[in-house]
Amino acid sequence: MSRTLTYREALREGLDEELARDPNVVLMGEEVAQYNGAYKVTEGLWAKWGDKRIVDTPISEAGFIGMGIGASMLGVRPVMELMFWSFHSVAFDQLVNNAACVRYMSGGLINCPIVMRGPANGGTSVGATHSHIPEGLFAAFPGLKVVSPATPADAKGLIKAAIRDNDPVYVMENTKLYGNTGEVPDPADGDFVIPLGVADLKREGKDVSIIAHGRSVLHALEAAETLKEQHGIEADVLDLRSIRPLDVDAIIKTVKKTNRVVLVDESKGFGGVSAMVSHLIQDNAFDYLDAPIKRVTTLDAPAIYSQHIEHEQLPNPRRIVEKVLSLR
Amino acid sequence: MSSVTADTPRLDFAGSPINKALTAEQKIELFRKMVRIRRFEQIALKYYNAGRIGGFLHLYIGQESVAVGTLSLCGENDHNITAYRCHGHAIMSGMEMNPLMAELFGKATGCSKGKGGSMHFFAPDKNFWGGHGIVGGQTPLGLGLAYGLKYLGREGAALCYLGDGAVNQGAFHESLNIAALFELPVVYVIENNGYSMGTSQKRSSSYRGCLAQRAEGYDMEWDVIDGSDLYEVRAKTHIALERARKEHKPAILEINTYRYYGHSIADANHKKYRSPEEIEDYKTNFDPIRLWRKRLVAEGIITDEQLDAIDKEAAAEATAAVKFAEESPIPTIESIMDDVYWETDNQTPASKIGQHFFTD
Repeated sequence: MSRTLTYREALREGLDEELARDPNVVLMGEEVAQYNGAYKVTEGLWAKWGDKRIVDTPISEAGFIGMGIGASMLGVRPVMELMFWSFHSVAFDQLVNNAACVRYMSGGLINCPIVMRGPANGGTSVGATHSHIPEGLFAAFPGLKVVSPATPADAKGLIKAAIRDNDPVYVMENTKLYGNTGEVPDPADGDFVIPLGVADLKREGKDVSIIAHGRSVLHALEAAETLKEQHGIEADVLDLRSIRPLDVDAIIKTVKKTNRVVLVDESKGFGGVSAMVSHLIQDNAFDYLDAPIKRVTTLDAPAIYSQHIEHEQLPNPRRIVEKVLSLR
Repeated sequence: MSSVTADTPRLDFAGSPINKALTAEQKIELFRKMVRIRRFEQIALKYYNAGRIGGFLHLYIGQESVAVGTLSLCGENDHNITAYRCHGHAIMSGMEMNPLMAELFGKATGCSKGKGGSMHFFAPDKNFWGGHGIVGGQTPLGLGLAYGLKYLGREGAALCYLGDGAVNQGAFHESLNIAALFELPVVYVIENNGYSMGTSQKRSSSYRGCLAQRAEGYDMEWDVIDGSDLYEVRAKTHIALERARKEHKPAILEINTYRYYGHSIADANHKKYRSPEEIEDYKTNFDPIRLWRKRLVAEGIITDEQLDAIDKEAAAEATAAVKFAEESPIPTIESIMDDVYWETDNQTPASKIGQHFFTD
């Protein structure tokens, strides 16, 4: 059995279930409580769980994220909402020096079971400072885990796994996905958790592999339909879901099957997730490639404001189709 | 050291309840702790200069009364965290010299298995949440310890140390706001040794001669303490700690102190940004160990000869720690990849899913 939920409802259901399961789970962030969440992911949770479990913080990212990290060292399991992941810059020291390093520097004596979550995306015409897409950036810091769910079911399953994880997990959501609907298993059918590090083949094909994560997965699926209908090309669409740990086996498997790859990544091309995936493919499956690895990434400028052309700066179905056709 | 001179008349805090409660043995123990910190560091300095210790070495010599005075008030429910000048807090928290010295030597037997170094000593089992390398970066973590205590319904308070250079970091001010707003049991201790790295307070902070006063902007209690007087450190810190424990009210304490060496031993110019006379004046008139020693003898609870013996024991302990460190194995190359992720260290089913490390 499953029901149709929006992406934000699925996240909320996951948070709610974890709040019920473990009294040490606490939600914190700007306007997560009384305001019901800037993007309404936490709507209703304050009314249900109260001031102790759902905490409004000042607009003070370094302060409250650092506080969450300190509390997690003592055994609290905080889930911190970043209203936009673009605000990571304000708390960068806490995110990469404290959360990522404290376990290592203490020789494994201290754990940091914290979750940072919020939207990381472009495409909402909010300009350069609010449109950063930093999953590749944070995946580059050992000690951190990074996930990027594309569907409501993945969002619920991954947020629950993230909360139970004993390492810091950074959940990169997407504003443009919050209202999307999808099938999510019914809680009555059991505890639904998706382990970190497992990619998901969202569509089966034989001619080309399109590898994506986050919202790009939906673009890839749309492109795959176009490729089939207009060009008779069948695409495998692999959703990474988890950036670190990364399901390298699933990546290599699809490449060995189709021998052609297009990587789709909302990050910029320089140092993004797809740059790493591209390296892993050439390192592990070079002999299986019938064409160069191609990428569709966000055009290499700060995010443009103009609502008329921002979608052209980002990966979109048309750009993916063109890139696939260029492999012929 | 602001405007205090050797002749400045001072209040006597020996009679405050928390100090009157000290037994002779406990007073002697405070001396022992201070000399153990100093001897540990003096020997570390020797081996640092001999090239046996890597990285930076931020010495606490001259500031011993701060860690010893404040942490002597802490019980099993209290927690503490500090910045990179962390040796004193580590020893005062109950860490043994052997694993600390081995850590400086980069050995597998070090308290952080050779992964932390001088700036990163940790002993969570002793409620010591470590030395942290970024100026001010530990101040929200100290806040988090206090938040955790309150959230988990536990007794106790968190002591969070910072240097005077950290008071201008945004993270510190954010922490103060949240500490007061959420009523968290954290006591921030500014160890004011007068210099933010190589820049004096006068040239790095806009203030009215008192850094702790900034607490007023956050509706928080504060006090200023003469760090050369162990009784004063204990008496005033006790008040702040009790308030934190019982009322969940935070505070800032500014303890005036001094370091004999540079910001780190790599700071070779420290005699250029401050005069040799200034350093000598402090050593002669304000050294916390010297003053405590005089006090104990004046109170008639111990003789100079007995104190010398304690000092010698501490030096011998530090020398033995060097031997332990030198004879300890270096970490294995394989161990570089340990302690990154809980999951991979603990070999859970999930640790087999996906690739965590990318080494090429």
